[in-house]
Amino acid sequence: MIKIKDLIFLYQKKNDEGQVVHETKAVDGVSMEVHQGEFIAILGHNGSGKSTLAKHINGILYPSDGDVFVKNMNTKEEANIWSIRQSAGMVFQNPDNQIIGTIVEEDVAFGPENLGIPTEEIWKRVDAALKAVRMEAFREKSPNRLSGGQKQRVAIAGVLAMEPDCIILDEPTAMLDPKGRRGVIEAVKSLNKEKGITILLITHYMDEVIDADRIFVMDKGKVAMNDKPEEIFKRVDELKALGLEVPFATELAWQLRKEGVDLPDTILRREELVKALCQLN
Amino acid sequence: MSIKLENVSYQYSQNSAARQNTLKNISLEINKGEFVALVGHTGSGKSTLVQHLNGLLTATEGKYYFHGEDVYAEKYNKKMLRSKVGMTFQYPEHQLFESTVLKDVCFGPMNMGLTEEEAIVEAKKALDAVGILEKHYYKSPFELSGGQKRRVAIAGVLAMNPEYFILDEPTAGLDPRGRRKILNLIKKLHEERNMSILLVSHCMEDVAEYADRILVLKKGELVGDGSPKEIFANRVLFEDKGLLVPEAVSFMDELNKSGFCTRRCVYEGTGDKNCFATTVDEAKEVILEMLKKGGWQPSEKGPKAEKTKKAGGRSEKEMRTGEEEAVIMEKGENLS
Amino acid sequence: MREITIGQYYMADSPIHRLDPRVKLAGTFAFMLTLLFQKNFPAYVIAVLVLFIVVKMSTVPFKFIVRGLKPIAVIILFSIIVNMLFVPGEPLFKFWLFQITREGIVMAIGLSIRLSLLILGASVMTLTTTPNELTDGIEKAFGGLKRLGVPIHEIAMMMSIALRFIPILTEETDRIMKAQMARGADLDSGNLIQKIKSLIPILVPLFVAAIRRAGDLAMAMEAKCYNGSVGRTKMKPLVYQKRDRFAYAIILVYIAVMIGLAVLAPRLGFGF
Repeated sequence: MIKIKDLIFLYQKKNDEGQVVHETKAVDGVSMEVHQGEFIAILGHNGSGKSTLAKHINGILYPSDGDVFVKNMNTKEEANIWSIRQSAGMVFQNPDNQIIGTIVEEDVAFGPENLGIPTEEIWKRVDAALKAVRMEAFREKSPNRLSGGQKQRVAIAGVLAMEPDCIILDEPTAMLDPKGRRGVIEAVKSLNKEKGITILLITHYMDEVIDADRIFVMDKGKVAMNDKPEEIFKRVDELKALGLEVPFATELAWQLRKEGVDLPDTILRREELVKALCQLN
Repeated sequence: MSIKLENVSYQYSQNSAARQNTLKNISLEINKGEFVALVGHTGSGKSTLVQHLNGLLTATEGKYYFHGEDVYAEKYNKKMLRSKVGMTFQYPEHQLFESTVLKDVCFGPMNMGLTEEEAIVEAKKALDAVGILEKHYYKSPFELSGGQKRRVAIAGVLAMNPEYFILDEPTAGLDPRGRRKILNLIKKLHEERNMSILLVSHCMEDVAEYADRILVLKKGELVGDGSPKEIFANRVLFEDKGLLVPEAVSFMDELNKSGFCTRRCVYEGTGDKNCFATTVDEAKEVILEMLKKGGWQPSEKGPKAEKTKKAGGRSEKEMRTGEEEAVIMEKGENLS
Repeated sequence: MREITIGQYYMADSPIHRLDPRVKLAGTFAFMLTLLFQKNFPAYVIAVLVLFIVVKMSTVPFKFIVRGLKPIAVIILFSIIVNMLFVPGEPLFKFWLFQITREGIVMAIGLSIRLSLLILGASVMTLTTTPNELTDGIEKAFGGLKRLGVPIHEIAMMMSIALRFIPILTEETDRIMKAQMARGADLDSGNLIQKIKSLIPILVPLFVAAIRRAGDLAMAMEAKCYNGSVGRTKMKPLVYQKRDRFAYAIILVYIAVMIGLAVLAPRLGFGF
């Protein structure tokens, strides 16, 4: 589905005369492969290069070196760009800054309209997309009247209406309250499970990544870890050194282990820790 | 020496769309040196309430006494109140406007009537307190990383030397490292300067860990006021889904259901005692205590030794360079 | 800002709401134009009647529409005073240097009716048409200009984005003002220069915010394959229905009546 090979992205700081005064590798030699239907979480502190990476998959940024393939289309080739953006949709952090329409259903229709989809088909897609994120009751409302979480679900519906194979979400819950976060994550999970859409979720919230198929941990523009959640969260010390946190149950189990309690190091969920504690004696 | 609200109500004029942000008959007192958290779901009136405390909004009914003086009296100096009760809004970095970091932080103190020299002294103290290095003083605030910008904005209020500091969602949108830094900074201000803190937050884990007292707002009414233990034990407050209890609380619930605690308490003959904890540390202590009651001994072969070796992590200097890189990289991410 | 009803949409399902935005644009345009050239009371009576019927049909509450007059009340009042005091003619009474004439009063009343009707007419259109429909209407109605090199699609898109962001930026302004006031900023006192200076801490962050939002929005639009008007389809394409043709006919009749009145009224002695 997505294949990234030795991706390098240089960020150049130029002075007023246009000379390069500083050059940083925002993404530094990343290679990864994502398969159809996978739920991938990407962790990393701010500035670790995860957003830059995400923007390459959607063709908003182009590699300085290396290649990015979406469904075997190279993002470097200009002719591919529209079908790449159609297959790999993107949802951003700030819900206010990505809604274009002044009415919910018209905003959801924006993508399909750009793709030149016939009118009747647009209506079908808008209906389906709003239903999938459970926002059909708000279809005629102004986005300004919605909560942050609802706006973000509208943004997801807007991408969904383009019928993508993959959705990349760049910290979609960072600006939301707990209730809004839960609604968005539930919607994303159900898209993955029920429609088989590949998900790339960038987030700082550990409870959102426990159920991912795989986690990429980024640091200094490189992929520092790439594994299943239970393997990633075994490495608590390394994660903490990278400025990251671990899920609650993992943290508690880790602290108890340090006190000499004999617990497995693969605990991610609360019920797993309860079970392990009950088995102690 | 306190902030004291008596039967304060507030109603936005006519506009029915904002009705959910009204306040109803709120009475509370916050004494000097307290660390208070204000929680409630979006639209419960948290922002409206805190804007009363530094005089940005005036109650439609009720009284507000600051250090015993009536704030709503005609001659009361509101500007003085705003310097004593400092406040940062959500995403405070969005208020930065000056050409340099230092000048921006001077804005507040100079509005208070300080001369430029005096203001610079206060600004430098504040910047030092929030951990902004001297080499950033003459940079444009817009060149800094997200976390640094936020700390500069906080310094902008801190430089006015407030007695009370209200922070509305100070960690929103930051990464875990940035969040930790801000929370530790607030804790330091509270402990070292005896500054009174009012932290508005959605994150119950942070609230449980840092605050001594929690206020709960619901539809404009103050429905809870007590220590974290009292508040989180009062489940009525958390029945609707807008508010969550900290993860530690729900974890202990599950543990109780499994009979883990009851069984052990029976050994001591204390009967069906339920365990309770609001933070990870408390949960750890409770579980260890329970395990010991059950006759458990720390295992020798435990992974302790191996863990501490790795945990060393980076030295402080390394952390700092790490942050600098982050700035440059973040800049890189912002382009396109 | 909340007082302004122009540009606000009142959601309802009425015959007026369902009309094609091009019809509403044409109707409003005809309504305003015919008013500008009218100088007789019968025409005003007809205009008021027509407006009344349209508002009734639109199901928008009257108080909602009248609220739109508030912001321009000062202008209306000012023009009334100017007209009353300075229009020469048969004096009704005098005081000090001024005299009030019969002609002046008639002019003032006529002018205030005309101004109010103009504003009300425009409000009815925006209240019954979503901004998107409106921009679609403009885009399609003036589509011919594209051949002359006028970027009509882009202009329409800009209008609709501006409408979407006005409430967001209003809120943002409010928040920035409060944040600076919390830092002791004094926005009210001082002389003019000090007042202008005190705006800097508000305008700079507002500008930065607007640019940041614009950048984000551009990226989001790009990510959704936006590429100008080329090859774009519509969820709600504008197609004339029977009711639209009927409405056009009514508009034509209205224009004819108004022109007739403009020509005939002076001869019948209604003019002034």
